[in-house]
Parts: sequence; C-alpha cells; structure tokens
Amino acid sequence: MPDLGISVLFKGKNLPRLLGGLWAALRISLISVVISFPLGILLGALMTLKNPFVKAAMRIYLEFIRIMPQMVLLFLFYFGTTRAFGWDLTGETASVIVFVLWGTAEMSDLVRGCLISFPAHQYETSEALGLGKAQLYRYIIIPQAVRRLIPLSVNLVTRMIKTTSLILMIGVVEILKVAQQIIEANRTASPNAAFGVYLAVFFLYFIACWPISMLAQYLERKWG
Amino acid sequence: MDWNFIYRNLPLFGKAALLTVKIGMAGIILAILLGLICAVIRHLRIPVLREITSFYIEVSRNTPLLVQLFFLYYGLPKIGVPTDAGICGMAGIAFLGGSYMSETFRSGLESIESVQTESALSLGMNRFEAMCYVVLPQAVSVSVPAFMANIIFLLKETSVFSAISLMDLMFTAKDLIGLYYKTTESLFMLVVFYLLILLPISLLGSLLERRMRYAGFGD
Repeated sequence: MPDLGISVLFKGKNLPRLLGGLWAALRISLISVVISFPLGILLGALMTLKNPFVKAAMRIYLEFIRIMPQMVLLFLFYFGTTRAFGWDLTGETASVIVFVLWGTAEMSDLVRGCLISFPAHQYETSEALGLGKAQLYRYIIIPQAVRRLIPLSVNLVTRMIKTTSLILMIGVVEILKVAQQIIEANRTASPNAAFGVYLAVFFLYFIACWPISMLAQYLERKWG
Repeated sequence: MDWNFIYRNLPLFGKAALLTVKIGMAGIILAILLGLICAVIRHLRIPVLREITSFYIEVSRNTPLLVQLFFLYYGLPKIGVPTDAGICGMAGIAFLGGSYMSETFRSGLESIESVQTESALSLGMNRFEAMCYVVLPQAVSVSVPAFMANIIFLLKETSVFSAISLMDLMFTAKDLIGLYYKTTESLFMLVVFYLLILLPISLLGSLLERRMRYAGFGD
C-alpha cells in the first residue's frame, strides 16, 4: 500500500501549518465580514431611497461587482490598480479590499430585497396609528428585517469563506499554498502525498463552513 | 491603452472565452441533470439514496470549487485515476453545481401543493406520470429565476480553471501580463470578455423571470 499522504500530514509541524493556513484564509474573510456588513446595511438602506442619482450609482456598482467573477476583481486590484495608480498593495490588503467591496454589494442587495419585501400596508398602517418615522423603523420594520436577514447573512459568511480560497491565485500564503509547500517538500519521500493532503484541505474547509451553514438553516427554520 | 496590442490578442481571448463557455456549459448541463435527480430523490424520500444525496449536498455546498478541483486534478491521479484538465473542470462544475441546482429544484417542487399530486393520482396517473406531466413542468417554471442565478454563479466560478492549467480567460490574461507587462490592456480585455459572456445571460435571466410570472397560478 503506497503512502497516500496521511503520514505526511502528521509528520513534524505539517498539521499545525495547515491549520495556520486555514486561519490565514479565515482571518481575511472575517475582517471583510466585519467591515462589509455594516457598510452593506447602510448601502442597502440608501438604495431604497427614491433619489434617482443615488439609485443609478448604486445599481452600476452593484451590477458590476456582482457580475464579475471574484477572481477578476482580485486581479483588477492586485495587478490593475497597483499598475495604474502606482501604489503598493500586498496580497492580503488587495483581497480584503475586494472582499469588502464584494461583501458590501451582496449584503446591500440582501438588505434592499428585505426592505422592499414589506407590503406597503405595513408602512401605511403604522402611519395611520400615529407612529413617527423613527418609531416605524424601531418597532415595525427593523425587528422583522433582522429576523429575515440574519439567516441570509450567515449564509453570506460561508460564501465569503469559500471565496477566500481564491486568494491563492494572487500569492497570499493560505491553506492551499501551505498544502502545495508540504507536498513539494515531501516529493521524494512520499510522491503520492497530494491525495491525502488535498483531501485534508477539503475536509478542513468543510469543517470550517458546515457548522455555519447548519446555523443558517436552523435560524431560517426557527424564524422563517 | 495600446489598442494595437488588444487587436493582436483578440483571437487569443476569443479562444479562451470559447473554452470557458464550452467547459462551463458542459458542466452546467451535467449539474442540472445531477440536481434534478437529487431533487426528485429527496422529494420522493427514497430511503438510503436520500441520505447519500443529503451528504453529497452538504459536502459540495460547504467546500470551495478551487479545493474540489485541486483534489480532482492533483489528488486523484495519485490513486491511479487518470485525469484530464478539461474533464476535471467539467466534473468540478457538475459536482459543485449539482447541489445548488438540486436545492433550487427542490424548493420549486415544494411550492407545488400536494393536492396536485393527489388529484393526478386519483385521475389514474401513476406516480411517474404525475411527476412528469403535472409536478415537474410547474416546479421547473417556478424555479427559473433561481436557476438562472445558479447558471451565472457557475459560469463565474469557472474563473478558477486556470489553477488546473486550463487556458481560460484568467490564464490568458495572467499569461499576457507576465509576457508583455501590458497589465491594463490585459485586464481590460478580461473584463470585457467576461461581460460579453455573463451580461447576455443576466439579461436573459431578468427577461425570463418577467415571462415566468405568467406561469404563476392565481396571482
């Protein structure tokens, strides 16, 4: 039975290194989530305004970010803007910028979809009951919106985590890169290590995303 | 902007775009078939098969395509499975897309009330006929918007193909940047070609969505 890389995983510091790589990817997605969610909520609320200029500008931003593959956006920032504006971006910074832009677009779309899904009579009824604008949002809209939004945004977190695997392509050292290094280092000792190591990466990503997906499903059932 | 450079390399990008669309579309068609099968299995609650499909859906939804492709392309040959980059790309898209398509179809199936199946059965159709002639046509039309969104999502995901050395748009752009240092031009073409592929589908999606509202019953 040839070695399929399981022993390579437990050799030396290989497993902790792999986990460190996973953390590098997770950290970037977490930073992006923390920045982009409040921004997305703000933008989403702005998009429900009737102002045509705000609407058009948001629309263009949103459509462009959402139609472009995230990989193209990463390339645009990492290779394009550095060349065009002459500044210096590390892979990490470029990926945080891209994920913030993308996360904000996705989040704002969720928020907008949620806000416009309330039937007009809710607004009218609360007005008829004598609630002010602030009270309308405080007591009627926000409590409902939060319940609808939380499962969706938890899902967005898993999408962000999955998409961070792309940062390998702009040279950030994350879990896949570490896996490549481990495989290369053990090329002669166990030439078949790629199987076990990539399987481990696959499994680790699953372990990172699955509980979050389960949470989203649970919340959706509870509040849906 | 060096327009001459762009003009010279148009055929290269054209070829790459064709490859992206070809492998992407083949993968998407497989994903649709896989998704339909999984959705029907879960809808009909077939024992054993149902557990297998749930497991598959969880695994495929919670791992990135890039990692799936790395495993398929670099991992599998080590246990003696011969792999080809094109087939890997297709299989990756099918594996990832199958679960998304299945969820879409399942929510479509669930939106058809059980009264319809029961009526079809009492009219003398068997389960297969009730599925094929009554439930599926409606379920499919209900899930069209989500379905189009999935297709766009999967086509976007094909951008990771360059990692398994398929000469797609990303690969070509990166190659040209490396060879000639024409960053702006290469990235410009990259964006234009992706827009050329994705924009028509996105527009078609919103058109179909509007059309399909007529299929709704009692709105």
